[in-house]
Amino acid sequence: MTVSQGWTPDQPIVALKNVHKSFGNFEVLKGIDLTVMKGEVVCIIGASGSGKSTLIRTINGLTPVNEGSVQVEGQEVHDGNLDKLALRRKVGIVFQQYNLFPHRTVLQNIMMAPLLVLRENKAEVEARARALLAKVQLHEKENAYPAELSGGQQQRVAIARSLCMRPDVMLFDEVTAALDPETVGEVLLTIKQLAADGMTCILVTHEMGFAREISDRVYFTDAGRICETGPPNVLFDNPQDPRTKEFLSKVL
Amino acid sequence: MSAYNVTRMTWRAPVLALGLCVAGTVAAMAQQGGDARPGALATLVTWMPFILEGFVLNLVMSILAMAIATVTGVILGFMQISPIQVIRLPAKLVTHLFRNSPWLVILFAIMFLIPFQVPMPGGGTVMIPDWVKATIGFALPVMANISEILRGAVASIPSGQWESAESLAFTRFQTLRYIILPQCIRRMMPPWMNWYALLTLMTPMAAILGVNEALGNTQAAMEAAGARPELLVPFYLFLMTIFFVFIYPISIYTRRLERRFAAGS
Repeated sequence: MTVSQGWTPDQPIVALKNVHKSFGNFEVLKGIDLTVMKGEVVCIIGASGSGKSTLIRTINGLTPVNEGSVQVEGQEVHDGNLDKLALRRKVGIVFQQYNLFPHRTVLQNIMMAPLLVLRENKAEVEARARALLAKVQLHEKENAYPAELSGGQQQRVAIARSLCMRPDVMLFDEVTAALDPETVGEVLLTIKQLAADGMTCILVTHEMGFAREISDRVYFTDAGRICETGPPNVLFDNPQDPRTKEFLSKVL
Repeated sequence: MSAYNVTRMTWRAPVLALGLCVAGTVAAMAQQGGDARPGALATLVTWMPFILEGFVLNLVMSILAMAIATVTGVILGFMQISPIQVIRLPAKLVTHLFRNSPWLVILFAIMFLIPFQVPMPGGGTVMIPDWVKATIGFALPVMANISEILRGAVASIPSGQWESAESLAFTRFQTLRYIILPQCIRRMMPPWMNWYALLTLMTPMAAILGVNEALGNTQAAMEAAGARPELLVPFYLFLMTIFFVFIYPISIYTRRLERRFAAGS
């Protein structure tokens, strides 16, 4: 597993090769291969328990792998000598449960990491945070505390918080699964705008309509393996693998 | 509305206790009959400053012990959540040892373990007064409990907070300092105040070791006034009342904080 120093944007920005992960005796990931190019939007779909969330969490090193290679911009993630700070500046993640810091206001939530971790200039960070809040249409909520916001609003703050670190890749781990149906749309719209701006996005999602609309490529996972991959129109309209067919017949 | 009720309750109860004290004294005096000696209440009034002087030492011991217990307990609590075993295990041992020992046994052990005199580097010696030793003896069990309160508070923060901090490249120290601890302090306040109240109520145990605090002084005063049985009720009621007047508002305030935090979360 060598670290290729000379990564260029024509190479995959994220590349997983033969990734295995077990929790105790239970093997969650059984050899995953996945590549994402810069600016691509990739959705990972599949039944609950198929290892989608574990997969996405290996990309920013939250879940260590047992075997295989995970590279971001040519840098091996699961390497003892990894500069975690460098990795996490490159890869942002948004969680199902938002995980905002409840003791800080919306604006402070967004500014904390750039100020404390990157030690950037406060005026610059504040301007950037305000611009991001405007982008997720929450500029009037900058002094609210997370508990005062709806789930959809909290999730949009979480996206803005992640973006304020200026990542190259964004991971979305079932970000709409905990939301009330009426707020799902606003979060999906935010992601759609982000994708339109050229951000590389990897999403684990149960929103099939959204996956079809937004993705450049869709991966279908089952029992820790990728069964099928392809452009959304092909995978959704003409699935080849029987497991993909069965899954899609249940959810569509 | 509820704040008003609590405030009223805060002051009603000590007044009630004081009334009980007076009634008890009157009852004791009634038993006394037509004696020439000064009445029990008059004797109590004479000795009140002496008892209150002792009570000041109870307060000093409780505040000092709480300060020591808070500082050492927080350090011990942090050691308990350390990922490094050589730091974590000794902290757990100390915490569990002092949490599960009787206070009086700890107090006696400290009394005999800490020398009466400590030689100074200059050549002279420094006397360690008994009340200082007692303060250390009170601090140890509270320290162990604060250590557990901190550990429990950190454990009660959802793991998602750690994960999102980690994803934003916070170090472990930064995560504790800026994200976990500020959320813990809120949760730790009510139990911390509760332990202060308990600690204060335990300080009269120092009387057993000859410290001249409120209980010791009360007993000495009754002795000096002729050790008459009719003094017992008013003197002890007075002693209970001063502790009650001091502690009750703290426990009311603690309950109010608990309710507010429960409603806030």
